[in-house]
Amino acid sequence: MSEPLSTTKKTEGRAQTEPAVVRWTLISIALIFLALFLLLPLAAVFGQAFEKGLSVYLDALKEPDTLSSIKLTLITAAVTVPLNLFFGVTAAWAIAKFSFPGKNLLVTLIDLPFSVSPVISGLIYVLIFGLQGWIGPWLQDHDIRIVFAVPGIILATIFVTFPFVARELIPLMEAQGKEEEEAALVLGATGLQTFFRVTLPNIKWGIIYGVILCNARAMGEFGAVSVVSGHIRGMTNTVPLHVEILYNEYNYTAAFAVASLLAFLALITLMVKTIAEWKVRQQLENN
Amino acid sequence: MKLLKRNNNVLPGFGMTLGFTIFYLSVIVLIPLSALVFRTMEFTWSEFLNTVTAPRVLASYKVTFGAAMIAAVINSIFGVLVAWVLVRYRFPGRRIVDALVDLPFALPTAVAGITLATIYSPNGWVGRYLEPHGIKVAFTPLGIVLAMTFIGLPFVVRTVQPVIEEIEVELEEAAVCLGANRWQTLQRVIFPVLLPSILTGFALSFARAVGEYGSIIFIAGNMPMVSEITPLLIITKLEQFDYKGATAIACVMLLTSFTMLLVINLLQKWSRRYAE
Repeated sequence: MSEPLSTTKKTEGRAQTEPAVVRWTLISIALIFLALFLLLPLAAVFGQAFEKGLSVYLDALKEPDTLSSIKLTLITAAVTVPLNLFFGVTAAWAIAKFSFPGKNLLVTLIDLPFSVSPVISGLIYVLIFGLQGWIGPWLQDHDIRIVFAVPGIILATIFVTFPFVARELIPLMEAQGKEEEEAALVLGATGLQTFFRVTLPNIKWGIIYGVILCNARAMGEFGAVSVVSGHIRGMTNTVPLHVEILYNEYNYTAAFAVASLLAFLALITLMVKTIAEWKVRQQLENN
Repeated sequence: MKLLKRNNNVLPGFGMTLGFTIFYLSVIVLIPLSALVFRTMEFTWSEFLNTVTAPRVLASYKVTFGAAMIAAVINSIFGVLVAWVLVRYRFPGRRIVDALVDLPFALPTAVAGITLATIYSPNGWVGRYLEPHGIKVAFTPLGIVLAMTFIGLPFVVRTVQPVIEEIEVELEEAAVCLGANRWQTLQRVIFPVLLPSILTGFALSFARAVGEYGSIIFIAGNMPMVSEITPLLIITKLEQFDYKGATAIACVMLLTSFTMLLVINLLQKWSRRYAE
């Protein structure tokens, strides 16, 4: 483990063999590209949100429909993230600590939601629970609403955020091996004790990383939720859907004010993600 | 094999965790996705073909795949440049820039959509400088390319970056010792090592752009035959209660995604073999 590490260290010091002019030209091009594509949109969100001053900004956020959309988004994330966290840890335990046939296929299947268009992620639930769907008529008879109601929004969100925790934990737990767990068990710990006292501290930052990304997507998902939501103002509008409605009503300041909440969430996500990444890397190097 | 099995038996919970994994995967992902396939099978073959090759649908494929291809090319070029600069050069603010690269992952697509549309509209921050030159970005196919470039950017950077980090300096030094100049070293030694990861990043960025919806619809203009992307067409069909049409087009898109997934998996295998 220590050998490849030292070569990477060396890379940083000696590899710069381009002349300074070339180096700074390349740096400049890269930075201008990133400024134009990343920094400018980010600045524009806040610029547009505060264009008419702080009081207009705050009024837009205090509007009842905005507040109810924030509430729905929080509820959605509060259901989705714990479920996918539990799944992620369970799946990573089975996949990283044991070997069995069909493992690669299982990992591919877990990643599947990432390669499906968000629109299709919503559509599949309409095809099952919608009025023309498989069990739609039965649900209708029993007065249960799933699609165009909150349960549909939650289901679609679970689908699109499904792989986040698992795909982060599987490689991390595989890299850590199982010697520590085996030692704990030999010394008499129970299975759960082993998990909570040995495994969990080792994968803590991996979990935080997965959870923060899962949460960001859960709160920000637009396409899938848009298909199943039905867009009932104050009832089935999440924050991103509310942004769309405000924007389409030419209420730009309010749209960007609400959008700035999501942009702020994105910045916090990036920050926590960077810290978690650094911690995970550190932990792997210590092993 | 026997040894492995004996080792496995020490850790508890295999049956339970694997059972739950497969159960949850089936309920949330596999069964709903299979619904799409089964609903498509209700079509007759010619009915299906007519739906998915109608002129408006064909035009939407052209816009979607064409724009995704251009965006992926732009991302491959600038993605490699950004990854190279981030790994090999030191400059103030490098860590912040590095973290910022993931912004398109973290920023909700609707926010990206309305922001890009506003910046590039004729009186927006950038649009007002392009307008006098006759360049229209917002509400044209060019806007679609722009939005797809935005959301696809992190994929190339993040697949190429670790490979550049792993390149052994000895390789470059050997090339220099054998008389290669810097350009030859880049071209003959470094580029071949990076190629699999560049292609992987290209495929990932392309796949993401093809399915993307939220960041595009605000800037696209959404004119049928001109700037209407396929995911939007699916939603339009749904809103007209044309469930069958929506299902058929979605099935084509799903097949495309699976093909892309297969290609990406093969590319990743190739690049891993290269790394060893």
